[in-house]
Amino acid sequence: MKLKENIAISDSGYLFNPSTGESFIVNPLGMEVLQFVKKGKSFEEISREILTRYNVDPITFEKDYQDFIHQLRQYLLIGSDE
Amino acid sequence: MEKQRYERPILKKLETGMPGKFGIAANLPPSTHIDGISVDSLVETYGSPVFILSEKTIRSVFKKAKKAFTTRYPKVQFAWSYKTNYLNAVCRIYHQEGSWAEVVSGFEYDKAIANGVEGQHIIFNGPDKSAVYLEKAIRNDSIIHIDHLDELYTIIELTEKCAKRPKVAIRVNMDTGIQPMWDRFGFNYENGQAWDALNKIMHFGKLELVGLHTHIGTFIMSPQAYGVAAQKLADLTIGIRQKYNHTIKYIDLGGGFASANTLKGFYYPGSDTNPTFDDYAEAITSALLNTQFTPDNLPLLILETGRALIDEAGYLLGTVIANKRLSTGKRTTIVDIGINLLFTSFWYEHKLTPARHYSQYTEATTVYGPLCMNIDVIRENVNLPLLNKGDHFVVHHVGAYNMTQWMQFITLRPKIVLIDEDGTAHVIRDNETIDNVMNMEHLPPHLK
Repeated sequence: MKLKENIAISDSGYLFNPSTGESFIVNPLGMEVLQFVKKGKSFEEISREILTRYNVDPITFEKDYQDFIHQLRQYLLIGSDE
Repeated sequence: MEKQRYERPILKKLETGMPGKFGIAANLPPSTHIDGISVDSLVETYGSPVFILSEKTIRSVFKKAKKAFTTRYPKVQFAWSYKTNYLNAVCRIYHQEGSWAEVVSGFEYDKAIANGVEGQHIIFNGPDKSAVYLEKAIRNDSIIHIDHLDELYTIIELTEKCAKRPKVAIRVNMDTGIQPMWDRFGFNYENGQAWDALNKIMHFGKLELVGLHTHIGTFIMSPQAYGVAAQKLADLTIGIRQKYNHTIKYIDLGGGFASANTLKGFYYPGSDTNPTFDDYAEAITSALLNTQFTPDNLPLLILETGRALIDEAGYLLGTVIANKRLSTGKRTTIVDIGINLLFTSFWYEHKLTPARHYSQYTEATTVYGPLCMNIDVIRENVNLPLLNKGDHFVVHHVGAYNMTQWMQFITLRPKIVLIDEDGTAHVIRDNETIDNVMNMEHLPPHLK
């Protein structure tokens, strides 16, 4: 899973997809997850990092992570699994 | 190291559209407390879902409505519309404030009597009044608002039996310039039905015609329609005086004032755009004062407003069951409040607020109830903060009709709690139990 290379991400959580002209915003945790995904980290690595720092249980985070990734995929911001 | 507060990651597509002249806040402030009691503790103590009523709000809204009319017109009487909310505790608050009772069935009539309302202060409306209850009303000197000629003839029959002179009014329907025109209640003004009924009453001579009533509709957004109605009832009142030298004691404009709820299809919130009590009062009282009535023969003005008085005082507290996404990617939240409890979600965009603080991030969400029915939708589209399973929220302005039109469908109805003016909570209706429902059922012998 890879974030498409031409997606522009600002530090404040603003995303722009030049292929479609669509814009998005992410909240701070979405921004963190996005940065991890951009660096190619696996779910296990991301989960470990988030669970260490945030007050959340593993099941809730996994559910929310999958939902977030699904959204990225739905809006064509990530490519299919390679 | 203390862990940071978690908020699920979200991605929100930015949509551009035509800008509005007035902005609407995307994120409503949370409702953490109701009359000083925390929402979380109310849910913990009384369960979820639970209806909460604020006595302080009931009384303050009533005073506001009363002031709007009594500062403009010298003779005003409110009659509490039982069908809007007939919980005894609620009715008694309005009766303490000076309201009469306006009932539309035998069941409501008995409730009003049980609540200590004097017979002469009960207005009996509605199309279905049985002979038994008409007789009861006649014997108690209650005021009967005649809906159709069959009812008039039943009353005439009962007059002999009761050896009483029943106090009656007729219900008049009319064109007030709004749509839909309600013409199913009473006798029509424009085609002469109303005069026909009045002539029958006056010529029969054994009924005391005390008033004229109309109920022009519900959630009327045009106060001027009430002005037209008041004008037409005043014309009838003056006509009766001229023809029969008989004085009509009151004009009853019924109910139908809008509350602060937002009707479906309206862009701006009802709390900002709906008419106020002052708007209605100005239209009605101006119409009456500008007729031929002299100061010493002004009729009493009766108002049966229900929704606009009680809606604001009612809250429904609920809990998030789950979050999921539709095939389109649209966020949906399933909550434990369905249309079985929130009947009014069929026509209102009810205001929903979270019970605690969240960040400024919101998602467009469809809110579904817990019923296994496709129609169980509380809000088609509302911007909500990132609620999680188990989080509490508050539905606002639910005081009218939901506690009378609710359904016992696949589950049991919850508690209703009244917070008094001192901030003390009282259960005023228990939650149902399965025994309540099962005890009414009977098994034929071959199925035992």
